[in-house]
Amino acid sequence: MMKKNMKKTISKNVKSNIITFGIAAAAFIFVQILIATGSLSSLMQGLMVPLCTYVILAVSLNLTVGILGELSLGHAGFMCVGAFASAFFSRCVEDTMTNSLVRFILALLIGAVAAAIFGVIIGIPVLRLRGDYLAIVTLAFGEIIKNIVNVMYVGRDSNGFHFSMKDAVSMDMEPDGDIIINGAQGINGIPNDSTFIIGFILVIITLIIVINLVNSRTGRAVMAIRDNRIAAESVGINITKYKMMAFVISAALAGIGGVLYAHNLSTLTALPKNFGYNMSIMILVFVVLGGIGSIRGSMISAVILTLLPELLRGLNDYRMLIYAIVLILMMLFNWSPKAKELRSRFSLKNLFAKNKSAKEAE
Amino acid sequence: MSFISYLINGVSLGSVYAIIALGYTMVYGIAKMLNFAHGDVIMVGGYVVFTTVSTWGMPPIAGLIISVCVCTILGMVIERVAYKPLRNATPLAVLITAIGVSYLLQNIALLIFSASPKSFTSIVTIPALSLAGGQIIVSGETIVTIISCVVIMIALMLFIRKTKAGQAMLAVSEDRGAATLMGVNVNGTIALTFAIGSGLAAIAGVLLCSAYPTLTPYTGAMPGIKAFVAAVFGGIGSIPGAFIGGILLGVIENLAKAYISSQMADAIVFAVLIVVLLVRPTGILGKKMNEKV
Repeated sequence: MMKKNMKKTISKNVKSNIITFGIAAAAFIFVQILIATGSLSSLMQGLMVPLCTYVILAVSLNLTVGILGELSLGHAGFMCVGAFASAFFSRCVEDTMTNSLVRFILALLIGAVAAAIFGVIIGIPVLRLRGDYLAIVTLAFGEIIKNIVNVMYVGRDSNGFHFSMKDAVSMDMEPDGDIIINGAQGINGIPNDSTFIIGFILVIITLIIVINLVNSRTGRAVMAIRDNRIAAESVGINITKYKMMAFVISAALAGIGGVLYAHNLSTLTALPKNFGYNMSIMILVFVVLGGIGSIRGSMISAVILTLLPELLRGLNDYRMLIYAIVLILMMLFNWSPKAKELRSRFSLKNLFAKNKSAKEAE
Repeated sequence: MSFISYLINGVSLGSVYAIIALGYTMVYGIAKMLNFAHGDVIMVGGYVVFTTVSTWGMPPIAGLIISVCVCTILGMVIERVAYKPLRNATPLAVLITAIGVSYLLQNIALLIFSASPKSFTSIVTIPALSLAGGQIIVSGETIVTIISCVVIMIALMLFIRKTKAGQAMLAVSEDRGAATLMGVNVNGTIALTFAIGSGLAAIAGVLLCSAYPTLTPYTGAMPGIKAFVAAVFGGIGSIPGAFIGGILLGVIENLAKAYISSQMADAIVFAVLIVVLLVRPTGILGKKMNEKV
């Protein structure tokens, strides 16, 4: 009996995974067909790589918020680390390494590792805190990362690398030196290595990593900690280890998102808009609207919410207003008791159930 | 001497943070939610005074009173429409709704007033004070800000200690279920908290815009976040904590700007927050929470 049940849940998992990957693949093929037939505007085509970035970020944040159960408001910080580390690398080796695919794969590794290192550095203090305190500290770290990147100057000349936190002049470089990171002006001339296909492959890789993690022994341990920390501890789960593991993997995936983001731009700057808490919050909105803990939900809501403001572009000034109203209404619809009651009354499931019971009565 | 004037400016900025943080901390203590829209209520307060005083030519005091009234009503409406239906939902859902409200307020302001910054004429008419033979000049705005912050803090403490409504607030913040059983009108108390918090935000908005006279739809966002940091700093839920946290934050920010780096000031503020939370995980005056199994 036990075994049968086990089998059933496993096959259920497999089924759910097939649906998730199926949706991603279908969306990819759909977009490819649209591009091939030329019915996708250049604006929308330009949106495809950011779309993949947001999906990766949403799925990776869901690992922290949904699976680990800790509210993080600093996810954009990890993305920022990944973006700048990889852009710095690509910029340095642009002339010596001409194979763009090899260069991009190396950049990916560097971005992911850099973000993971920051995940460890930040995770050690942050994971000691709980709830809203954890949220505000992650927010603080995100802002610190953005702030430091904005005052960082790195240049290169024949003597090697120069570094300053003040301005470009105080790096004391030779006149023919090349300023790579120019403070608030960011990094210029990053090779455009990101394509929609690469983005899609990265989305799939992210999904595989996260889904496998969730369905593994580790994932179950992490979820046990989320559901009841004390109970998990008392059955011998190493709280710090598993929390840290989930947090660092989430950070590394955000770093990958950052790499994809950076290599889609020629100039990378750390503005409040792209790496500040606004971005972190936007990703959090994807996760919450998609359903906390639901990987597929994060993916779908990231796509819809990224496209929504663009689809509303015809409405000009009103589009962000409508976005805000949609956000509030969706939350109310999802969570308010009255809406719940209304939904259960008119849901398909209940209608079918009613018909069934009526038939059975006959 | 310049150190003292930096310090005074820091206390002044900190007083604004403290007033905002008082609203944050009260709402958090009672409704257990992070009201991300609080910062945008500040902005609304600023625009109301801008419209009434600069555009319609009303006297500043009238503008201030109208602004406080508008924000109080706005706070109650937001609570009634957006937060009340979610009272028993997960905290994250409420957080996202608050973010939605924040976007909504910003975009309404953007539609009405456009993104171009409005120059705000200070409503403070007190002349600047010069101390130590003219070496330190304390502006009228600074004096008014500091005094109003102290007055507000004392008034709030008295309100909570001495009045029935204040006691009800304490009761709801300690145990909502038990308070309901004791006949406390929980919904009314939460609405009152939002009203007070938003009214304070209006005052903070006016003071902030008088000291830093540019007004855009995004004016409130960063002070809102900073005030939230201040509230956490002092121990969220504690009124004296919010006051101390706000003042400390303002002083640290101003001194960091003056002596270390103006670009790094925000990073330093956040770094201090992290250090404080690592040493005292519930803030300076926060109560230690006992965990029940």
